[in-house]
Amino acid sequence: MTTTESSRSRSEVGQVLLEAKNLKKYFPVTKGLLISKVTGHIKAVDDISFQLRAGETLGVVGESGCGKSTTAKMMLMLETPTEGSILFEGQDVHHSSAAVRKSYRSSVQAVFQDPWSSLNPRMRVKDIIAEPMVINWNISHAEQQERVMKLLNDVGLNEYHSNLFPHEFSGGQRQRLAIARALALNPRVIVLDEPVSALDVSIRAQIMNLLKDLQAEYNVAYMLIAHDLATVRYMCDWVAVMYLGEIVELSPVHEMYTNPSHPYTKALMSAALPSHPDMEQEEIILQGEVPSPLNPPSGCYFHPRCPAAMDRCAVDKPGRTELAPGHSLTCHLF
Amino acid sequence: MATETRINTETVLEVEDLRTYFRTRWGTVKAVDGISFDLRKGETLGIVGESGCGKSVTMLSLMRLIPTPPGRIVSGKIILDGDDLVQLSENELGKIRGSKIALIIQDPMTSLNPVFTIGDQVEEAIKIHQDIPKRSVMEHALQVLRKVNIPAAESRMKDYPHQMSGGMRQRVVGAIGISCQPKVLIADEPTTSLDVTIQAQYLKLLKDLQKDSDMSLIFITHDFGIVAKMCDRVAVMYAGRIVEHGSVRDIFNNPSHPYTAALLASVPKMDVDVDRLFSIEGQPPPLHNLPVGCSFADRCPVVMDKCREAYPNRSTVSDGHTAACWKLE
Repeated sequence: MTTTESSRSRSEVGQVLLEAKNLKKYFPVTKGLLISKVTGHIKAVDDISFQLRAGETLGVVGESGCGKSTTAKMMLMLETPTEGSILFEGQDVHHSSAAVRKSYRSSVQAVFQDPWSSLNPRMRVKDIIAEPMVINWNISHAEQQERVMKLLNDVGLNEYHSNLFPHEFSGGQRQRLAIARALALNPRVIVLDEPVSALDVSIRAQIMNLLKDLQAEYNVAYMLIAHDLATVRYMCDWVAVMYLGEIVELSPVHEMYTNPSHPYTKALMSAALPSHPDMEQEEIILQGEVPSPLNPPSGCYFHPRCPAAMDRCAVDKPGRTELAPGHSLTCHLF
Repeated sequence: MATETRINTETVLEVEDLRTYFRTRWGTVKAVDGISFDLRKGETLGIVGESGCGKSVTMLSLMRLIPTPPGRIVSGKIILDGDDLVQLSENELGKIRGSKIALIIQDPMTSLNPVFTIGDQVEEAIKIHQDIPKRSVMEHALQVLRKVNIPAAESRMKDYPHQMSGGMRQRVVGAIGISCQPKVLIADEPTTSLDVTIQAQYLKLLKDLQKDSDMSLIFITHDFGIVAKMCDRVAVMYAGRIVEHGSVRDIFNNPSHPYTAALLASVPKMDVDVDRLFSIEGQPPPLHNLPVGCSFADRCPVVMDKCREAYPNRSTVSDGHTAACWKLE
């Protein structure tokens, strides 16, 4: 571990570390090849705000096309927001000096869904894990390798694995490698994009438990992108439910699962698979599919599929209401 | 939620000691090694297990679609409607596949042909199996598409697969599956590529279709949630064998094989807070080099010496509930 990193004071658990404020990402839709005209915008992310606290996990759930991956990309600085800002320890990262941006990038790391495509097949494990350190830290090769060994141990692999190539590992082990690489720079935040959905059932629990243990050890905050509500309940402290680029409900995890309030959240919960054949579930089968974000419905985006839609839902866009401390949603029913 | 077990006891499909082996350069892979089960009329059977446990090879064996070589059904019987599918010629199989036993596979992107219209593809199965005039083939296809709730089915017939969403495409695959009123419909992970709300729609559709026609369903899945929602009976597979078999409530309330118990304990739950998930250490053994004795022994939390010596026989836990574990003998 480098001196600069270890001596950096860690913020305490629960303190706001990362904040998204009115974040928007519009992708222009163009027509014509040479003289192209912008004919519309896909509102992938439309005015979302949330906070990520140190050492905690925020889950982002929603169906495909709801904007959760675009949000993750903006957090990783892989996309520039159209509007709004991302504050890291109070500093707007997209409008700051190159040095700040570089340090932000090394503080926010990622683990992706598919460990078969996220590791370079031509690099040895020790080089894969050391690469972030080679780029960002000015430390000797011996120090790098020492840290690689520590990281391998931390993620439950052995030192002899360091000379192997990714293809020699199973899916679960590869995901461990991806986690080791993400931890290499002692990040403050790791964005986990569906980290277990490509893995087998018995391996999922191993990886989820590992992530929880590492969170306690490294005091790192997670932003977990997932579609499986049970996984989110197990892993997260906070949950944001997204629909068509908006956060429709945001709440602490226990509150969300005991008192889901937005009709879309309720429908998602009822569509989730039961954990026991005798489990009582409200049967809400949503009709139709998620509308195109290119041409979202008027008023509340959810009203064409909403079982509780009223007349005003088609006209007025609902504002954000706070139900309980930390539990907010956008719905005219409240 | 599982439907109440119907009183119907008429057996539609019987599988007896099925073994499907593959010859590879690492040795013989015993992908399916002596499995037996039966399927009753109107019933849903779930075959659950992790990747490499043999559930998909079971499905391919039932359809007689094992690529030969390298694969081969070494022994066993698959009795459907009085015929032993293992013994039938390719010609005879052609008459059975699609009409008596049909398949819905996982990825609707690859199971539909991109250069033919939806209508063509639904009509194909009907043309092959039913000797009816061209006009009624079209009408029949339209009916099937309406049955799977495809909106504006008439105009959709002329669409190509890429013009439809994933959920719609999977409905079309379902329509092809049921177009000839098969007795047995095998669904191999039919909803893994779908979104949650679309998955709920699709599962409900399958249930409704089953109720209408009294067809039997085999669900191949790794997800105990789907089992809990859809199945009447369950077979849990591990390393090519069925380790536990019973009604869905038996399996969930009284999992008797350590693997089933561990698997159930390692799945996070929607309705309760879990402090820490149970995790099964290690990985399934390679199928070409199975250990002597029980294949789960190396990962089993209650392993005994005996487990490493011989494979346990099936023991009866309760009526219709069996498990292969030394602990039960």
